[in-house]
Amino acid sequence: MRLCALRLSLPVLVVSIVVSGALSLTACGDRESNVVQGNRAGILHAGNGTEPQGLDPHVVTGVTESNIVTALFEGLVTKNPYTLEPEPGVAQRWDVSDDGLTITFHLNPAAKWSNGDPTTAQDFVWSWQRALNPAMGNQYAYMLYPVQNAEAYATGKLDDFSNVGVKALDDHTLQVRLNAPTPYFLQLMDHYSTYAVHRPTIEKFGKATDRFTPWTHAGNLVGNGPFTLKEWRLNRRIIVEKSDTYWDKDRVQLSGIEFYPAENISSEERMFRVGQLHYSYTVPLDKIPVYRAMEDSPYVNAPYLGTYFYLLNTTKPPLDDVRVRQALSLAVDRERLNNTVLHGTNVPAYGITPPGTLGYQPPRVFDYDVEKARKLLAEAGYPDGAGWPGLELTYNTSESHLKIAVALQQMWKDALNIDVTLANQEWKVYLDSIDQMSFQMARRGWIGDYVDPNNFLDLFLCDGGNNNTGFCDPEYDDMILQQAPRAASREERYRIFNAAETRLMEQMPIIPIYTYTSNHLVHPSVKGKPSNLMDYVNYKYISLDPDWQAAQ
Amino acid sequence: MSAPLITDIAQAEQGTSLWRDAWLRLRRNRLAVLGLAVLCFFVLVALLTPWIAPYGYAQQNLELGATPPSAAHWLGTDIFGRDLLTQIMYGGRVSLAVGFIATAVALVIGVTWGAIAGYAGGKLDAAMMRLVDILYALPFMIFIVLLMVVFGRNMLLLFLAIGAVEWLTMARIMRSQVQSLRQQEFVEAAISLGLSPATIIRRHLVPNALGPIIVYTTLTIPSVMLLEAFLSFLGLGVQPPQTSWGLLISYGAESLEEYPWLLLYPGLALTLTLFSLNFLGDGLRDALDVRGAKD
Amino acid sequence: MWRFIGFRVLQSIPVILVVITVTFFLVRLAPGGPFSAEKAVIPEVKAALEAQYGLNLPMFQQYLAYLGDLAHGDLGPSFKYPGRSVNELIAAGFPVTAELGLYALLVAIGIGGIAGVVASLRPNTAQDYIPMSVAMIGICVPSLLMGPILILVFGIYLEWLPVSGWGDIPGDKILPAITLGSTYAAYIARLSRAGMLEVMSQDYIRTARAKGLPEWQVVVRHALRGGMIPVVAFLGPAFAGLLSGSFVVETIFQIPGLGRFYVQAAFNRDYTMILGATVFLAVLIVVFNLLSDILAAWMNPRLRSQYGGGA
Repeated sequence: MRLCALRLSLPVLVVSIVVSGALSLTACGDRESNVVQGNRAGILHAGNGTEPQGLDPHVVTGVTESNIVTALFEGLVTKNPYTLEPEPGVAQRWDVSDDGLTITFHLNPAAKWSNGDPTTAQDFVWSWQRALNPAMGNQYAYMLYPVQNAEAYATGKLDDFSNVGVKALDDHTLQVRLNAPTPYFLQLMDHYSTYAVHRPTIEKFGKATDRFTPWTHAGNLVGNGPFTLKEWRLNRRIIVEKSDTYWDKDRVQLSGIEFYPAENISSEERMFRVGQLHYSYTVPLDKIPVYRAMEDSPYVNAPYLGTYFYLLNTTKPPLDDVRVRQALSLAVDRERLNNTVLHGTNVPAYGITPPGTLGYQPPRVFDYDVEKARKLLAEAGYPDGAGWPGLELTYNTSESHLKIAVALQQMWKDALNIDVTLANQEWKVYLDSIDQMSFQMARRGWIGDYVDPNNFLDLFLCDGGNNNTGFCDPEYDDMILQQAPRAASREERYRIFNAAETRLMEQMPIIPIYTYTSNHLVHPSVKGKPSNLMDYVNYKYISLDPDWQAAQ
Repeated sequence: MSAPLITDIAQAEQGTSLWRDAWLRLRRNRLAVLGLAVLCFFVLVALLTPWIAPYGYAQQNLELGATPPSAAHWLGTDIFGRDLLTQIMYGGRVSLAVGFIATAVALVIGVTWGAIAGYAGGKLDAAMMRLVDILYALPFMIFIVLLMVVFGRNMLLLFLAIGAVEWLTMARIMRSQVQSLRQQEFVEAAISLGLSPATIIRRHLVPNALGPIIVYTTLTIPSVMLLEAFLSFLGLGVQPPQTSWGLLISYGAESLEEYPWLLLYPGLALTLTLFSLNFLGDGLRDALDVRGAKD
Repeated sequence: MWRFIGFRVLQSIPVILVVITVTFFLVRLAPGGPFSAEKAVIPEVKAALEAQYGLNLPMFQQYLAYLGDLAHGDLGPSFKYPGRSVNELIAAGFPVTAELGLYALLVAIGIGGIAGVVASLRPNTAQDYIPMSVAMIGICVPSLLMGPILILVFGIYLEWLPVSGWGDIPGDKILPAITLGSTYAAYIARLSRAGMLEVMSQDYIRTARAKGLPEWQVVVRHALRGGMIPVVAFLGPAFAGLLSGSFVVETIFQIPGLGRFYVQAAFNRDYTMILGATVFLAVLIVVFNLLSDILAAWMNPRLRSQYGGGA
């Protein structure tokens, strides 16, 4: 009988678990949401994609990392989130020489590290050496390439860093010499790969170029940004709190931010819905019409500096024939795709550069034209799809890529009577296919690192590392590399870019599909988080309305 | 034991073969027959789909988009305006084929492996079961990705990949059954009669372990259908516009609030299949209960 | 019995070695290395990265170095998360996943075991069909669906339970445990029903009945032990499977478990993390399979004598 009692204990255990679960149900019914608590305490709860790879500005590469790094560090300049114009950061002001080749930054004497040390010009020189050091393996080292000799140093052709064009004239004056006038250079000074890092902290944990020391962990990290790292729990959350040593701390209105790595976008949307998040990293496509239909919709959609396109491998038939490439592109009804499958969230694209990139407008070389597409295909030897050898479209596994591919597959079938097969690949396999050019047609996206047409057009240089199409036009290279940088004015420069992009789109090594938009759900209590082309957040501007609840 | 089964057993005494008896007994189990009928119906529909599907499976109507069930589209349409009924019918072809073939692969390997290991015991058993442990531990995803690189994308590979993982648990279950059966009198009698191990396994051990094996098999079929969806995400498996129930369900899950029918009907197809399999499995188990029959 | 355990532990050493070796070379053969990225990585940078992690050495040398580190219990630095060691990642994720797995298993055994045993007592009656149908819900509705449905109902419409998290808000462990457990409940229900039916027709049960024992005593004292053998054979791999298969549930509920690290590592080609997690998992699989074999032996009176009668 004793044994019986023992065996029955399992159901008893289950029942007690159920009961205790039921009890805890009632306990949490009246719990305040993160948003309500956060509004009172000034804590922003932000959905932030995936677990950040790290927080070392010279190691990380992604948007999720950038969102946290910009809270913990500050560059020479920051940006106004409304206009994206440079604003003082560590540098109070800067002078550009008349020839545009020398920039002198005057650092704010009040700028400090979070341990109280002053942020100096020497910190920047040392940090840029670290960022460019080939042993560091910094994937964004090229952001500093406009600096004299920086590229030579980063690729190991130059060993002596003193020949690189950056010098500390004194503790608070940093002089930078450039290879050529670079209109977008100030923008680069707000990219995390050009940030200064705290030398004593890094050296405490290892060599300057070691990637895997724990100097960025909570308790170790010393930064110079408006916030300091308080807690970092893997795959759970990262908490930062307002810094006491930040030079502009009076303007920082939040007392802290909690970043959640909400990997699954449907889960993130649910977290937002129950008030666990102030804003979401993105929005599931199918939810967009629902949110858009709401009164006082939290859905925010704005143009984003990126283009979604298909790469065409111009080295393999049938895509080695420009007429086939043009036919494919002309047969895509971008408006229809956008209005149906994409719920009107994006902007149909007809060029590689997003329209309005710092005032630049891409040329419109072609339109949706099925008749012309059919004619071109017939001229190429496939009248009404006869003799079509087949074509494979490669894309990395994702529901939105799939939806677009399925819709286009049918458009090509209907317009040109040709079969296109789809092949999804797991992310790293896909990257390998792109890199090796072992595809016929492949989905691709490009997000600008800085707001300038150059950042998109230099993709298709003959030896461009991200060209991946086999497209090579010496005249195009000359325009981008030689003519544009020497242009006398912005208008002249854009005219050259426009002519280059026209050449590119006539050769059609890519099929542009749409210009990206940023999509967020933003709680109405969040103020000072405007939409902008770079989806850039400046936490100094953000505040939370503590009375929001009362206003409802 | 319940009364009907005893009459079954009495009847079975006059039967000529095990399978004929089993069939006779199965026919008396109404739920099992119903299950069999539903499965046969699904298989028949799957076979005839190209001729009886109301629409073409790739036929889109982007402007229509996702609509709930209507007279024109009995089960509604998906976001491309494709007819869901057609999608489910074509998806069933893939899912049923994957479910049955891959499970059969797993069943054959797993049962054979487990039976041999369990019967032989000792060093051979240890070696065979440790191999199973190794295969359990290897990172399956990397394995699939590599298989695809080496062999390319094809359906045969899909069956093999699924069979390769699913047989492991099957082997463990079979082995534990055989181990306990091996000690029983009728097996010892068979050994003393000088029957070969292969005969003993085939004639005595496998039939006696059928209960748990059938049950596990019926559970494996639906999980294999869902595994196929995961493999499709890795790039193995079917490519759009072809589809399968697993894929339909996983896409349906993404928009379950907005377009619930996209989830409901493929889910219903899978559930019906599963329940039919289970009723059939139970019926088969009872019908093949040789021990009962021998009393 | 101790001899049996000793042998099995000895056998597991080559098992784990083979797993390490195969995995080590398998991950390096897979296309796309740990440092490939959407924006092409220039060759100098790639070379520097590989040098930092010793990937420039001949593969066999890397292998020996890895084994050397492993002997000291060092699983190496993660490639994906610079500044984190694999030991640290596993230490962060495993307790969470183990706790989730344990609750899920309790749910599974609770629902599945009861349904299976109850059903087996009156086969082919309502008492059979109803509990079995309930237990089967879990397998018809995969986690990827069960999770969102439970969240929508209990988290969003009823507002009873949190929609995500683990140990952050009271009650946030309930839905994940049910979601993960329900899949296994169906297996356990089916296997225990079949096992019980198998046993109930055997001679010793008839003998017990003939002695006039009440039915519940026959079930609890005699039938359960034999009838649960298939369940126990299933539990070993199932628990190990729970640990690696909890990925979907962990993602849906934002749970910081090992499952997410493991699958992400495979997607990221984080060689050391894949290896570390695989080795760790291999040890667990060996241990749990051993435990379930011991348990099965103990439950099976005939086999018990074979292993020395102990327990």
